[in-house]
Amino acid sequence: MATKLQEALSKGQFVVTGEAGPPKGVNVGRSLEEVEPLKELLLAYNVTDNQASVMRVSSLVMSVKLIEHGLEPIFQITARDRNRLAIQSEILSAYVMGIRNVLCLTGDHSTLGDHPEAKPVFDLDSVSILQAVQSLKEGTDLAGEKLDGVPTDIFQGAVVAPGADPLEPQLIKFDKKVQVGARFFQTQGVFSLEEWERFYEHAHRAKVPILLGIILLKSGAMARFMNKNVAGINVPQALIDRLDKTDKADRPKVSVEIAAELIRKIRSMCQGVHIMALGWDKYIPALLEQSGL
Amino acid sequence: MIVAERKPISKIVEMVAAYEKVLLVGCGTCVAVCLAGGEKEVQILAQELRLKARSDGRKQTFDEVTLTRQCDKEYLELIATRVKDYDALLSTACGAGVQFLAERYDSVRVLPALDTRFIGVALGAGEWQQRCIACADCVLDQTGGICPKTMCAKGLVNGPCGGTNHGKCEVNPETDCAWTLIYNRLKKLDRLDLMRGVAPLKRFKPSVHPARFHHMAYKRFDETD
Repeated sequence: MATKLQEALSKGQFVVTGEAGPPKGVNVGRSLEEVEPLKELLLAYNVTDNQASVMRVSSLVMSVKLIEHGLEPIFQITARDRNRLAIQSEILSAYVMGIRNVLCLTGDHSTLGDHPEAKPVFDLDSVSILQAVQSLKEGTDLAGEKLDGVPTDIFQGAVVAPGADPLEPQLIKFDKKVQVGARFFQTQGVFSLEEWERFYEHAHRAKVPILLGIILLKSGAMARFMNKNVAGINVPQALIDRLDKTDKADRPKVSVEIAAELIRKIRSMCQGVHIMALGWDKYIPALLEQSGL
Repeated sequence: MIVAERKPISKIVEMVAAYEKVLLVGCGTCVAVCLAGGEKEVQILAQELRLKARSDGRKQTFDEVTLTRQCDKEYLELIATRVKDYDALLSTACGAGVQFLAERYDSVRVLPALDTRFIGVALGAGEWQQRCIACADCVLDQTGGICPKTMCAKGLVNGPCGGTNHGKCEVNPETDCAWTLIYNRLKKLDRLDLMRGVAPLKRFKPSVHPARFHHMAYKRFDETD
C-alpha cells in the first residue's frame, strides 16, 4: 500500500513535510507533543537518525511511536553507525513495524557529535543504502541472497544540497541516487530563487519529486553562523540585513515572511516543501498560510 | 613510507620507570626519515631519559643502538648478544617493528616509544600527510589518482557528502574535500565520466587483519596458498 507521501506525490499534490527529532533519553512523549499540533498541516515527519552524530532514541523506534499516534514517519537511516548487515536488517525491521518511507543518507561524521571517539562506520553511503533498499524491494539482499517475504512497497528517498559549492559533483551524485532508485528528494535549506533555479535546471530532468528545504531563520547572527559553518547554506546578505534591522520580538514574523516569500517564488518549480523549524514549530501554521499552502 | 610520532616523554618515562637497564633500539628506515625514531632521535630520547632519571632520583642506564630496520629478521640478529644485559628494550620503530623485536627477544620486556600514524608522503620539511589506508582494493584508476577511502574522512566512494563546504571537509575546515579534489582532477583529465558510474560496494574482506602476503616467486610448488 502506498504511503500518504507517495500517494500525494504521485497525484501531483503539493506536499509539506516536517521533522520529529527523537529525544536524548526516554522522554518520547515530549517529542510527540511537539509535533502533534501540526498533525493536520504536515503530511509526514522525518525522523532523524542520531542527528548531528548525537546519541538519541533510534529513528526506528521513534518512527513506530509516530505511527502509534496516527502520524506518518519518514524513517531516516544513515551509514555512520552501522555496516551493511545492520542497515539491511534495520530496513527490514522498520518494514515489519509498518514503516514504508525510508530516507537514505550518509550521515554526519561521528567526530562532530557527542561521542567523538566512536568508530565511524561508513561501510555503505547514501547511494549504496539506496541500492540496498532497491535490492530488498526486488527480493534479494546486497549479497544476492533471497528474502523470505519481500518489502516491495518501500518508498525510498534521498537528500541533495542545491547550494553546494562546487555544484556539479553534487548533481552527479544526485543523478546516481536517481539511477539507483531514489523516488523522492528533500533538499538542504535554500534561501534564494537563483540558487534553486541553478539546481532545478538540471534536477527537473530526473522527473523525481523534489521537496524544497526551508529553514526558519531565527536571527541575522544565526544566518551568518550557518553561512560560515553549515555546508550548502547560503543566506543572501539582503536577508541577513533584514533580520538585523528587526527587533527581537518581530523576528519570528519576519522569518516567516522571508520563508513564505521564497516558497511562493519557487512553488511552481518543486513538488513540495520540507520544513526544518528548529524548535519554531509553532510558526509553521503561519508559514503555510502566508505561503498559500 | 610509514609515519610515526614519538609518544609524550611523560608516557615513556612512566613505561620505563621500573627498569634499571634499558636499551633504546632505533630504526633507520621510515621513522628515521620522519624524525621520530632514527639514530638522532634515539640519542635525544636517551639523553632526555637520563636527565629525567637523575632529577627523579632513579638509578637507570639508557644505552643506544639503531638498526637498519626492525621489520627484517637479519637486522634484529645484530643485537642478539647484547639483549641479555638489559631489563627492557625501548623500541623507536613503528608498531610492526616493535612486535618483530618483541617476537625475536621474547624473554625481555619490549616497549614502544612511538605511536604509528599512517602511510604517507612528505608535504614539505617536517610535514607529512596520510595517502593510503592499505585497503588491499585500490581504486585509484577510477578517481584520478586521489584515494577517496583515505582522503575522504568517511571513505566515501560515490561522491561528496552533504558536508562538503567550499572545497573543504566537515570534519576539519583545514582539510580539502577529497571529492572536490577528485572532481577537479577528473575534469582536468576530461574523465568526469568516471565519476558518474555507481561505484561497486567497498570490499573489506581483502583487508581483514592480520593480513599476510607470500610472493609467488618464493612459494614452494607443493604449497597451495
